[in-house]
Amino acid sequence: MNVIVELEKPLLELEAKIDGLKKLNETQRVDFSAEIRALEEKATRLKTEIFGNLTPWQRVHLARHPRRPLAMDYIAKLDGFVELHGDRAFRDDPAMVTGFAYLGGVPIFVLGQQKGRDTKENLYRSFGMAHPEGYRKAARIMRLAEKFHRPVVSFIDTPGAYPGIGAEERGQSEAIATNIKLMAGLRTPIIVNIIGEGGSGGALAIGLGDYVIMLQHAIYSVASPEPAAAILWRNAAKAEEAAARLRLTSDDLFEFGIVDEIVPEPAGGAHREPGHAIDAVLEADKRTLARLTRQSTNELLDRRYEKYRKIGAHEETALDRAAR
Amino acid sequence: MRRRGARPQPSDDKLWEICPSCHERLYIKDLDQQLRVCSKCGHHLRLPALDRIALLADGDFHEIASNLVTADPLRWTDRMPYLKKAEGDRAKSGLLEAVVVGFCTVESIPIGLGVMDFFFRGGTMGGVVGEKVTLLIEECARRKVPCVIVTSSGGARMEEGVIALMQLAKTSAAVERFGALGLPLISVLTDPTTGGVSASFGFQADVIIAESGAAIGFAGRRVIDQTIRQKLPEGFQTAEFLLEHGQVDMVVRRAEMKSALASVLRFFTARGTASAKTATAGSKAAGA
Repeated sequence: MNVIVELEKPLLELEAKIDGLKKLNETQRVDFSAEIRALEEKATRLKTEIFGNLTPWQRVHLARHPRRPLAMDYIAKLDGFVELHGDRAFRDDPAMVTGFAYLGGVPIFVLGQQKGRDTKENLYRSFGMAHPEGYRKAARIMRLAEKFHRPVVSFIDTPGAYPGIGAEERGQSEAIATNIKLMAGLRTPIIVNIIGEGGSGGALAIGLGDYVIMLQHAIYSVASPEPAAAILWRNAAKAEEAAARLRLTSDDLFEFGIVDEIVPEPAGGAHREPGHAIDAVLEADKRTLARLTRQSTNELLDRRYEKYRKIGAHEETALDRAAR
Repeated sequence: MRRRGARPQPSDDKLWEICPSCHERLYIKDLDQQLRVCSKCGHHLRLPALDRIALLADGDFHEIASNLVTADPLRWTDRMPYLKKAEGDRAKSGLLEAVVVGFCTVESIPIGLGVMDFFFRGGTMGGVVGEKVTLLIEECARRKVPCVIVTSSGGARMEEGVIALMQLAKTSAAVERFGALGLPLISVLTDPTTGGVSASFGFQADVIIAESGAAIGFAGRRVIDQTIRQKLPEGFQTAEFLLEHGQVDMVVRRAEMKSALASVLRFFTARGTASAKTATAGSKAAGA
């Protein structure tokens, strides 16, 4: 069960009450406006109480909220989207959606990891976890983008690459490795949007770019809290502890210099006003696109190299190797 | 570089080691002589980085970037501080970090060589490993020599969080630039190679050699088990499994590793006729 869904229940009830009173106010002779004002103040207080100080684990759940806008919701707001299917080798992976569209009149190629809205769709889309063929489809689209000098805009929302037998047999490592290398040298601008969950190499496989935008309540980490806990302590049930330690919030990512811009979300999260959240992200994309397309390709690639070259965590020591 | 010295030794007076595959008791002196390959079942036990270097390099190995240690970007603590764990790994492995990088010759061919060490934090890649591998590749480009990376790693280092993840991006960008120069990158995947290391330079190489019996994959068995609860087939994610599924170029036993690597290096560094010209033209077209 999503802890945010539980947490926001009283707020939703209160808001339903306010809506009811507002309707009554319009149809009845009695004036409820004083009551409505009081309840609205209470709702505001409640909102701050609930969302003002979320724990890392609650933020993970906010990023996974069942009504949070998904990649296709953003893509649908682009002009003239046409989906392009398949990796030309094995199958079409529904966890990865690709195609072309227009953003503010500019022709772009689009990549997105798509989760499902319900169990049935989640099974179809493997919970947004792509198989190798999904990454290879994305690679095919990126090569098209390079060939035709169209920018790439990607939407990241995945717990990670699909961990399974078929995925391993078909070379999950190679597919991800190839994409990361391809993006490092792709001779066209790449804009990355982290809209929900960014987990591990499975996210990075469409996540290396010139400018990385992150929604305020999205998360981005070396691995989703569950596999991270499984790796660290052989216990996926310790995910809450992993979430607390991984530093996976947008503020953390901005501080590390990995994310270039944080797009604020409506109070209580993107799912409370999806339209606003989507518009804000696409607006940031439009602005970025205008800026990036002004740069020469070589300039773009040099800056891209530098952006990632400087991300590290090392220092020099006077210690010598113990064994010498 | 001495062959011994960095061996992980739980106790100095230990004479025997148990083969993890057939559980035979092996006399350590014999085991070392057999390159840590079990004399009974042929299982390849994990090899420390310095032993691997001694196995592959002709003689001297000139290490670079030897003094880098982690800056602990997340200030990580669980049952003990990450820095404390790293100290323990130093004692256990005799190394300052999970990879050793430098320059040497292999059958007289000059190369840059990086070797990961599983006995330091499971060979995981954090900021230091990412930086050292990147420096190695950049220096290989400057010296115009092939780059060989021997992997042995559980993947990205969780204790360095998303900084560790970004090392996939950093090293991949270096590999990408290196490739544009027409120089070969060769990876030798040894037990185990998973996660962020297989999903970056491990599988970005021009030629991928896997050591016999090595466990290689993206998701570790534990993650697959806990996520999808599928029963895993016999031999799943072994070097031989990968060869069968078209994921690696060859599977080589440890005893033949040096000569196999040298024959690949010799081919890729041979002065060809038409092929050399094509390679040069190709790299220009790529806009290097």
